[in-house]
Amino acid sequence: MNRAQRGAAGSRGLGTMEVKSKFGAEFRRFSLERSKPGKFEEFYGLLQHVHKIPNVDVLVGYTDIHGDLLPINNDDNYHKAVSTANPLLRIFIQRKEDADYSAFGTDTMTRKKNVLSNVLRPDNHKKKPHIVISMPQDFRPVSSIIDVDILPETHRRVRLYKYGTDKPLGFYIRDGSSVRVTPHGLEKVPGIFISRLVPGGLAQSTGLLAVNDEVLEVNGIEVSGKSLDQVTDMMIANSRNLIITVRPANQRNNVVRNSRTSGSSGQSTESSLPSSTPNLLGGVLQGEEESDEEDIIIEDSGEPQQIPKAAPTSESIESLSQIELLHESTQNGFLPSSEVNLNHSAGSISMEYEVPEPGPKSLEEDGTIITL
Amino acid sequence: MKDKTVEHGFPHQPSALGYSPFLRLMAIGTRSGAIKLYGAPGVEFMGLHEENNTVMQIHFIPDQCQLVALLDDNSLHLWSLKQHGGASELREEHRFTLKGPPGSPPSATQVTAVLPHSSREVLYLGTESGNIFVVELPSFRVLEDRTITPEAVLQRIPEDNCNRRSCELVEALREHPKNPDQILIGYSRALIVLWDLQNNKAIQHFLGSQQLENLYWQRDGSKFISCHYDGSYTQWPVSSDSRQAEPLENTVPYGPFPCKAISKIYWQTTKNGLPYIIFQGGMPRASYGDRHSISVIHGSQQTAFDFTSRVIDFFIIFSSDPAAEFDDPSALVVLAEEELVVIDLKSAGWPAVHPPYLASLHCSAITCSHHVSNIPLKLWERIISAGSKQNIHYSSMPWPIDGGTNIAPDPPQRDLLLTGHEDGTVRFWDASGVCLHLLYKLSTVRVFLTDADPNDNMNTLGEDEWPPLRKVGTFDPYSDDPRLGIQKIYLCKYSGYLAVAGTAGQVLVMELNDEDAEHVVDHAEADLLQDQEGYRWKGHEKLKTRDGPVRFEAGFQPFVLVQCQPPAVVTSLALHSEWRLVAFGTSHGFGLFDHQQKRLVFVKCTLHPSDQLALEGPLSRVKSLKKSLRQSFRRIRRSRVSSRKRRGGGGTASEVQEANAKFDQDALQEMELAPVQRKIEARSAEDSFTGFVRTLYFADTFLRDSSRHCPSLWAGTNGGTVYAFCLRVPPAERRMDEPVRAEQAKEIQLMHRAPVVGILVLDGRSTPLPEPLEVAHDLSKSPDMQGSHQLLVVSEEQFKVFTLPKVSSKLKLKLTALEGCRVRKVTVANFGSCKTDDYSENDLAVLTNLGDIQIISLPFLKLQIRYPCIRKEDVSGIASCVFTKYGQGFYLISPSEFERFSLSTKWLVEPRCIVDMPEVTSNNHVHNKSGTENAARRSRESGKSPDDCGEDERKSGRLMEHALLNDESE
Repeated sequence: MNRAQRGAAGSRGLGTMEVKSKFGAEFRRFSLERSKPGKFEEFYGLLQHVHKIPNVDVLVGYTDIHGDLLPINNDDNYHKAVSTANPLLRIFIQRKEDADYSAFGTDTMTRKKNVLSNVLRPDNHKKKPHIVISMPQDFRPVSSIIDVDILPETHRRVRLYKYGTDKPLGFYIRDGSSVRVTPHGLEKVPGIFISRLVPGGLAQSTGLLAVNDEVLEVNGIEVSGKSLDQVTDMMIANSRNLIITVRPANQRNNVVRNSRTSGSSGQSTESSLPSSTPNLLGGVLQGEEESDEEDIIIEDSGEPQQIPKAAPTSESIESLSQIELLHESTQNGFLPSSEVNLNHSAGSISMEYEVPEPGPKSLEEDGTIITL
Repeated sequence: MKDKTVEHGFPHQPSALGYSPFLRLMAIGTRSGAIKLYGAPGVEFMGLHEENNTVMQIHFIPDQCQLVALLDDNSLHLWSLKQHGGASELREEHRFTLKGPPGSPPSATQVTAVLPHSSREVLYLGTESGNIFVVELPSFRVLEDRTITPEAVLQRIPEDNCNRRSCELVEALREHPKNPDQILIGYSRALIVLWDLQNNKAIQHFLGSQQLENLYWQRDGSKFISCHYDGSYTQWPVSSDSRQAEPLENTVPYGPFPCKAISKIYWQTTKNGLPYIIFQGGMPRASYGDRHSISVIHGSQQTAFDFTSRVIDFFIIFSSDPAAEFDDPSALVVLAEEELVVIDLKSAGWPAVHPPYLASLHCSAITCSHHVSNIPLKLWERIISAGSKQNIHYSSMPWPIDGGTNIAPDPPQRDLLLTGHEDGTVRFWDASGVCLHLLYKLSTVRVFLTDADPNDNMNTLGEDEWPPLRKVGTFDPYSDDPRLGIQKIYLCKYSGYLAVAGTAGQVLVMELNDEDAEHVVDHAEADLLQDQEGYRWKGHEKLKTRDGPVRFEAGFQPFVLVQCQPPAVVTSLALHSEWRLVAFGTSHGFGLFDHQQKRLVFVKCTLHPSDQLALEGPLSRVKSLKKSLRQSFRRIRRSRVSSRKRRGGGGTASEVQEANAKFDQDALQEMELAPVQRKIEARSAEDSFTGFVRTLYFADTFLRDSSRHCPSLWAGTNGGTVYAFCLRVPPAERRMDEPVRAEQAKEIQLMHRAPVVGILVLDGRSTPLPEPLEVAHDLSKSPDMQGSHQLLVVSEEQFKVFTLPKVSSKLKLKLTALEGCRVRKVTVANFGSCKTDDYSENDLAVLTNLGDIQIISLPFLKLQIRYPCIRKEDVSGIASCVFTKYGQGFYLISPSEFERFSLSTKWLVEPRCIVDMPEVTSNNHVHNKSGTENAARRSRESGKSPDDCGEDERKSGRLMEHALLNDESE
């Protein structure tokens, strides 16, 4: 600690900027030339050097002026970080293997709400104490709600992990109809609905799905225009890692997020329209990457083994999915962050990155969909 | 991408028949509103009435390329054949519904009889009310002043024995054969009037005693014959002196007991003076009332042709030269509900003529099909020669319906379609061109002892039997033993080896022999359950085999029989003619048989211990089906057939699809919308029928190490398991001395557990391995054994490529996850370019459960194109689909018809033909030209160079054939 402080103190000057870097429980302080920050790779090397972790793959994050933990993984966001740092650039370093991606993104460093939501939902203002029980990988996930940041609040994307559990998925679907606002006015369109939950099944035990929820997508593929049998086949084909997007029949339990004008909700307004597809595909690929079913091979009547992937080729889906992920993360500006306690760091109120999203879309969101 | 190209087989539910002696074309109407024209082989036209109503009557306009169809909604439709783009097309020109005066009952205008007048200008329409309306052609304008009303008729007839009711319902209208100004009007209540059209008066009237069914003129117009409801027919003299004539002769041919009606009759004169009297029905009501018969009487000869299905209509082909003195009938053409039968009336014994088209595919229900492209000429000729020996009882008469000229290019190659049938037969069809023609029929029944009584034959009537019934036709859908049904067929076109497998676990390996032979069939049993304990098969018993030598006719003769135990239906079959191995699978497991040494190499049980269902046979409750059960089967079948069905028409395929869709929607609305729900559950290893073997595949590939390739057998199951066996086949010189050995090398379990429907190995150039013996016959490049091979596993849900010999996953396409459709059929198809001859590529042709066809590239599994082909509700159509090696395919659109479709731009088989327009000479009223003159004109016409692309087309056809020969010699 002392050493870092000394270094920082010594380098304080007109064109320099103070950097406080944290890795694990250790802090390092040093300074950078604000006008000549250099390349990200050099910075990365510098960080490894000052923390004495030359061969450890790490993720680098910083807190921006709003208090959000944002990633530094290329020259652009590095320069952004340097240029916006005032007065101090706070860096958080995390080992890649135990990186907690979910810590990145908006509101990761602060729970301060913008003015509008403060007025509407004053109780949102209360910070929930963050309970740390254990690292997530110590648990077997059974279900999760995902992509909340890109979906409208009326929708819910639920992931059911069938592998590793003996519980049946345990639900039924049926044909039905819902009413939508289209360019031609109100239209009754056919839809697929959850018709029954089997007691004790995975679907019921998660509490995330309910009878009469409308199924909008299966693993990122829209079900509109598809027959009940097709949707059944799609769900069964994806049964080991089923991601279904529903519009819950009961809309009262929706988590109302802080900002309706935030980019995320704006983006997902036309959830039933094609524009949302890229995100959805991202969802599929993400699912693919994390839990792709591995076929099993028994050679010469030996022991069963998982079939490995052949050396990645250009057409490999995995590599595609990674590209997709990286692309998405840089776009949205959220990024691996390190620690849970970062949440308590201070930040400012408005979120510059997401402001450009046009406001009217959020009105569309409420207009386009009427849930029965 | 080309759509449906032609329909093969016999039209489903025919309802009307017409014939034009002038065009020598036959027209068949169906209950779904289709109209199909047939002439010389290859000359085919199709049209579809928009209304999809039953076609009741078809009448050709004399000496015109036009015909009128009457539908059951009382509408009349004028169709004509017009030349367009070098080929004739059938088009609907006009439609018309007769309208009565306001307030009149519908019966006033319900058309019952149609007479196209020889002047070609008017149509006489007899109605239920007794009115005869005259409409002008082609405008369908009603000429009201010329209507022949019952009142007008009755005015001119003495009233003593006629009243208004005598003139109700016009049953028949017949034009005088010599005098176009006179027509014969037959009313239902037996009043017959000879009417003078010029003077609008009755020349003569005839009063029968029995309800009238039909009328027919004698050729010279001096007499006519009427047939009646009571099974009698009457001859009447026509003379101008007596106003009311007395019958010359009244006969009840099958009397004296009450007989059924004679619904249609022909009177044909001959040079030797003895007429032919040909009539439909008239059988003794009590004992033969259920027969569908047509009787031919010629002097002392009399035969009642007995059909296995209802007779729709019939006509006689006779001399159409108006100058000829006699009719001299040459052929009787009968349209029965399930087949077309043509009888040669010129040859002694009146033999049947083998039709070149309209084959009844369903004479026994089709249970499977197999297509083999590009048959070597040698094998082709041997099959034809075997088939010709079976057809000796057919007449040698050339096909009498020979109108039109086929201008389609010659088929580019010889293709065989093999259909397996419920009665244990395999039929070999020439599928090269537009006419699907039966070449040869193979029966597997002789190998087995069946319940069927060989003496159980309807034709055992002696010489003196009365009535003189003679069974004709081939339609006999009643199988005595369903276990005989053929389920899988594999033909090696290079070696002539054929493997067929059936419902009771029987697998037969056959060899083509050009001579009759008597030999013992080697028999082996394959116990697929092996050591598995505690199972009890509840299904049918295995078939009993004949002991001792069996006599086989020339053709494919079985030499090996393997019977699976339990005798469950064979679900997959593969034959490797080079290694002399046959592999077969059932719901219990699979086995490999060495048909050279006649030794079972191994069996593998695939049954999951918890799968009890697989043990219950599909026919567990049916022990045997004796004759007594036939009637109930007949009923079931009829109800199955009667579900109304739409079929393709002359319009575009999309029109037909629309009609289909409309129909489906209507049907859906009729059904009560029950709340349907579907269970969402992952498949588990404990599901039923996971052991069901879906596919078997032989490959010479790198199974164990990358330096040595070896023969291998691959099997895929319903539960997503792939087994690979390494085979050791002794070299040819020691083939009989050393045993074939097999050892399991790999077992792959797909985690999604969907049924494996296809396995394929791609060589180092990513080309599918060639068929056995293909390389030996120089018809394919040898596979690349240098580069690394890849394994493609197609499940119902995914396509996956793995590396070999070390199995690692390389690529996949998750079809179901993305589109919600499942693979039903998959095959490798070769697509040639229609622009250049030297480019072709291999792709996967895939039919999904939605009836879509998708083309997926190899080896990168990219979707190239998708198009809808079969309605997704048409489950049997989807199940029956078979792809060819060159991007065509067939599927059943009804039990009796295959639709052919083409995915390839290069390989197209579709009808293309010309029907000559007659020279219209309206003032000089010429009757039909003589047949020879007609034929001469046809040949002249086809010989002279047509102005447009007809010729080009033919040239390109030759080019294609040339290209193909090049391919072969490559």
